[in-house]
Amino acid sequence: MDKVNVTINGIQVSVPKDYTVLMAAREAGIDIPTLCYLKDINEIAACRVCVVEVDIKGVPMRNLPASCVLQVQEGMNVRTNTPKVRNAVRMNVELILANHNRECLTCIRNGTCELQKLCDELGIKDIEYVGEKREAKIDNLSHSIVRDSSKCILCGRCVSTCRDVQGIGVLDFTNRGFTTEVSPAFDYSMKDVNCVYCGQCIQACPVGALHERTYIDDVWDAIDDPDKFVVVQTAPAVRASLGEEFGLPVGTSVTGKMVAALKRLGFDRVFDTNFSADLTIIEEGNELLDRVVNGGKLPMITSCSPGWIRYCEMYYPDFLENLSTCKSPQQMFGAIVKSYYAEKEGIDPKKIVSVSVMPCTSKKTEANRPEMEVDGLRDVDYSLTTRELGDMIKQARIQFTQLPDEEPDKVMGEYTGAGVIFGATGGVMEAALRTVADILTEEDLQEIEYQAVRGIEGVKEASVVLPINGKDTEIKVAIAHGTKNASNVLEAVRKGEKDYHFIEVMACPGGCVHGGGQSHVSSKARLSVNPKVNRANALYEEDRSLPLRKSHKNPEIIKLYEDYLKKPNGHLSHKLLHTHYNKKESYKLDQQEEFDKLIKELK
Amino acid sequence: MQKGLVIANKENEFMQLKEYIDSVKESDGILMQTLQKAQNIFGYLPIEVQKFISEETGIPLAEIYGVVSFYTQFSVTPKGKHKIGVCLGTACYVKGAQLVIDKLVKELSIKVGDTTEDNLFTLEATRCLGCCGLAPVMMIDDEVYGKVDPKHIPEIIDKYRG
Repeated sequence: MDKVNVTINGIQVSVPKDYTVLMAAREAGIDIPTLCYLKDINEIAACRVCVVEVDIKGVPMRNLPASCVLQVQEGMNVRTNTPKVRNAVRMNVELILANHNRECLTCIRNGTCELQKLCDELGIKDIEYVGEKREAKIDNLSHSIVRDSSKCILCGRCVSTCRDVQGIGVLDFTNRGFTTEVSPAFDYSMKDVNCVYCGQCIQACPVGALHERTYIDDVWDAIDDPDKFVVVQTAPAVRASLGEEFGLPVGTSVTGKMVAALKRLGFDRVFDTNFSADLTIIEEGNELLDRVVNGGKLPMITSCSPGWIRYCEMYYPDFLENLSTCKSPQQMFGAIVKSYYAEKEGIDPKKIVSVSVMPCTSKKTEANRPEMEVDGLRDVDYSLTTRELGDMIKQARIQFTQLPDEEPDKVMGEYTGAGVIFGATGGVMEAALRTVADILTEEDLQEIEYQAVRGIEGVKEASVVLPINGKDTEIKVAIAHGTKNASNVLEAVRKGEKDYHFIEVMACPGGCVHGGGQSHVSSKARLSVNPKVNRANALYEEDRSLPLRKSHKNPEIIKLYEDYLKKPNGHLSHKLLHTHYNKKESYKLDQQEEFDKLIKELK
Repeated sequence: MQKGLVIANKENEFMQLKEYIDSVKESDGILMQTLQKAQNIFGYLPIEVQKFISEETGIPLAEIYGVVSFYTQFSVTPKGKHKIGVCLGTACYVKGAQLVIDKLVKELSIKVGDTTEDNLFTLEATRCLGCCGLAPVMMIDDEVYGKVDPKHIPEIIDKYRG
């Protein structure tokens, strides 16, 4: 790549010619403030907080260009700290603040808000502009995501993320001028539209305009009720992010401290979703073997990610039969805790409150799906995000970083390395391969790290040769993370261009470690650290450190089958651990039936 | 009389729109032209039509609605057969455009922005129509009326009543 020479605040740098001034400044060690900027995702010069003063070979540019979209040129002289720039930036931010609901003290993003931080850095002590404020609309009807237009600064980060990264496009700029609002079409609630609740919009939002629907108070009420037996499970990815809520570096593994904190919060039992991740592998692995050996519907596709399930139900209903019928580990856990565990411990299952802590916002909606119950008992009563658990720990004034490492409670706290890696893209596939390969070869294979399925490439492919019905067969697999990548894989399968046995899909880019419920990492921090990679590494490290790394070696899972379930995919498994899917409609019309008929006729 | 769109009665119109979309589908940036075409066919862009465009083009409904709600040219409510636009630009206003509007409001018994009961006329106030020399100016569909005298309004309107 050709390089060009530019001067920034008197410092000369030589940078590739496709660089923006913002990137060049970074190379020169100069920090330009940003707000709407989200690298590679939202570079649209909307907020005008990154403006700079520029002259090219001595000729000044008119006005102050936005450095996030200004490409470098030979001989460019950039100044980022002049009175003109400082005044302009401050005025631009004050204008944003004039129409912002400044209830910072009680805002969910107090402390993690990028606008709040920017005001502090710019030294804004007074907002000159007093004027009308946009009418506030709060949409809290979905189980997962709350949209509060009074906080929205119209930066477009959520719009770009949903449309371009996820390929969905739930939110867009609607109306114009003063009444401009980021919302679904026709003012529909996010409950009724094409949203899969992945929460990537929440991760993109610099302020409190998009956040999860919180169930913290319900969980406190359950804990404080002496008649309730409150059990908690934590998903694999939570341990790789929870520490960030307490200032630890992105991707610090805090398993032991997390368990200690949960015990101190007052949960009656502290378990681990890794246990039911192992259980999922037994059920799903055997389901795959059954489909491959007996000619069932292939490719089989994983069903752990509720965002992906909802996406499939809305966009690819013709693939519903390809989905594994296994419930997700969250739901399997809940079903087992209120049956097997309750029976074993002699607890009335009606008194059990099943709480989950997830890296995910879609899990809240999954927990509320009508089919997710057995004999009238809900599998999961409340699903919290990693951030909500962080909040509870803070509310209880627990000094998280000083906690000792503790072990989860027995039986449903037992897990293997295969369960841990579920949280990263490729992890479910790798865990499944470890078990399926052992079953088919009837050996205890030592080569268990499947490097080809790891990493953050959008779509990964691999194949393994395994003996099926006495004949060596190539098992072809694919892994997609992010719904846009999932769509690409399914299109290829639909067209017959690709032919797989097994596909893993996670709705979030990077998998659960980068879920919508994880700790916020600011736009600026993302320039130097990749949360997808760091957090996945934490999980792979924990996997390596464990004595047992294959789900079918989990002694408590073995016991669960011996004492209770009897066999994988058996009668009881189907009652407790499997589910079904339905085509889902978004933006349902009064005349939906006529509309469907019309579309069909015109095909 | 039902003003909303009844899908079952509009199959031919949807067919026409589908044919249009199929003819432009392969090119980029087809949304504006498709919306204009759809508005020509249906007279307005209710959710049924926007959802149809979304299904046929793969463009998210929120993006379509974003464009429709941005441009005043597009409407999500039914419009009359004839659109009357009275220019309220500076020149026209100075030359008495308000009196023209007042006369139309009285003659049609509707407010600005509304459509007559018989679905024949929609009355709108517009920005500058670009022919200030003819102020005050009024447009009915594609026809431009210059130097409009309010007392000629009933006569002009009657032409469209057929």
